[in-house]
Parts: sequence; structure tokens; C-alpha cells
Amino acid sequence: MSAGTQDGHAPPGSPHGEEAAHGSLAGYVTGFVLSVILTAIPFWLVMNHVLPTAVATTLAVMALAVAQIFVHMVFFLHMNTKSEGGWSMLALIFTLVVVTIALTGSVWVMFHLNANMTPMSAHDMRNAP
Amino acid sequence: MSTSLDIAPAGSEPVSFYVAEEHGHHPENGTLLGFWLYLMSDCLVFAVLFATYAVLGRNYAAGPSGADLFELPTVALNTSMLLLSSITYGFVMLAVEKGKQTPALVWLAITGLFGMAFVGLELSEFAHLIHEGAGPQRSAFLSSFFALVGTHGLHVSVGIIWLITLMVQVKQRGLIPENKRRLMCLSMFWHFLDVVWIGVFSFVYLIGALR
Repeated sequence: MSAGTQDGHAPPGSPHGEEAAHGSLAGYVTGFVLSVILTAIPFWLVMNHVLPTAVATTLAVMALAVAQIFVHMVFFLHMNTKSEGGWSMLALIFTLVVVTIALTGSVWVMFHLNANMTPMSAHDMRNAP
Repeated sequence: MSTSLDIAPAGSEPVSFYVAEEHGHHPENGTLLGFWLYLMSDCLVFAVLFATYAVLGRNYAAGPSGADLFELPTVALNTSMLLLSSITYGFVMLAVEKGKQTPALVWLAITGLFGMAFVGLELSEFAHLIHEGAGPQRSAFLSSFFALVGTHGLHVSVGIIWLITLMVQVKQRGLIPENKRRLMCLSMFWHFLDVVWIGVFSFVYLIGALR
């Protein structure tokens, strides 16, 4: 335990914590340019009705959002497998698993619940308690 | 660790070694990792709100839908405000790394102004919706919309308060290690909120405008 923390860290008293990942100007600018592109495309797709179907547009918007989140994670939040000895990546993966279960689980269960409900007209809904 | 202390309880050497390790390495990484864990738990809060919106987002109760309400040019402007504030916060961190206090404060102020523009635009959008009768009590869709977008806006507002506090701190104490650490944490918080906003504008506004 002490062997790993012993070598290669600043002596006590000097400004410490420099092991935390820092960005460079080039990194931030790259991330920003990529983000602008990945933001502009989905807005353009939706506002100009570029793709023929709504489903295709939805899938494209989702895919671009995932790509942009990835860009932010790498260039702005400086995520990598080594920071904090891998613990931040582990926490991220765990969170992503829980988030995936929560999102897909909710949508899945509630979709089936809706499908099994008695159909309601707009008129019924307006007068619903 | 404890064995070395047991062998030489009165010796100063093992104790100083222990102290050196504690101060030289652990607290700093501990704060940043701990803050990252907080962000991950915050991520779960947003995931639950996203899930709620995913389930309720089409229950209009014969009221207006997203396609009727959302004004995408405003959302695009809002998004660019947050994106610009993200890169200006990057410039803050670059200035902090070089120990340049004045540029860091200037970039912090610019970041704060972009953040305020974002919150201002969002509040005016909310006011407009409520004025039109599309408030949170109108339908399940609008309840979940206000809950999700409002929680994000609240986070950004708290981030701005934190940012102003840190500006005062840096002004008074300079770029001491403690302030650097705090600026690091706010950096993570700020970029994290931008990541959440990607989900909001894609999933809520853009896909909502399609329906």
C-alpha cells in the first residue's frame, strides 16, 4: 500500500494534488469545437426536418447526444482509466449500470402498464378526477 | 503502518513518515474522488427525473405537447450559453494552473455571466409557459418537464452562488492550494451540469419537438 504512494509524489509542504488530470488549451478547444458540431447537427436535423421519419431523427439525436457526452467526459471532465487509481472510472461504470437499469426498467414496466390500461379518450381524460 | 508504530512507539521517524504520507497524498485525492462520488449520486437523481419524464412525457391530459410549446431557437441560445461557459471555465483552470490570479478571476466572472444568462433565459421560458397556462400543474408531461429542467436550473443557480463565493475567496486569499482544490471541484460540477444539459436538450427539447 505504501509502496505505491511512496514513489513519485510531491514532498509534503509543496502544492499537492497535481496528479489530478488537467487539461491543456488544445484539449479544451478541441472539446469545444467538437461539442459545437455535435450540438449544431441535432438542432439542424430537428429544425429543418432533414431526415424522412421522426424515428430516424430520434435515433440520430440520441446517438449524437451520447457522442457529445463522451466528448465532454474526455475533454472537459478529463476522465480516464487511471485517474484516482481507477476508482472514478469504477464509480462511473457503476453509476451507468444503475442509470441504465433505472431508465430501461421504468420505461419497460410503465409501457406494459399503459398497454394494459383501459383505453381513454381525450374527453374521458379531461373529465378524469 | 500500525506495526511500525508498535515497534518504535516513541521514535519520531515512523510517525513523521506516517504524517508525510497523509498530508502529501491522501486528502487532496480524497476530496476530488469524494466529489466525483457526489456527482455520480447527483447523476442518479437526474436519471430518476429523466426516467419520470420518459414515462410521463406523453401524458398531455389533452393539454399542449412539446411540439406546441418548445421554441428551439431559444433552446439553441440557451445551450450555447452553457457550452460557452464550459470552455470559459476551462480557461479558468488553465489560468489557475499557471498561478495567474487576475485572468482566473476574469474568466470566472465571464463564466458566471454565461451561467446567469442561461438561468435568465430558462426563467423567462418558464414564466412564458406558466403565463400561457402550461404550468407544472397542467399535465403529467409538464409536471415532469418542470421537475427535470427546474432541478437542472437549480443546480446551475447554486453553481453560480458557489462561483461568486470562490471569486471572493480567491480575491482575499489568492490561489492557495485550498482554493485550487475548490476551483477543481466547481470545475467538475460545472462540466457535469453541461453533460446533464446535453441529455435535457436532446431528449426533452429536440425529441419532444418532434412529437
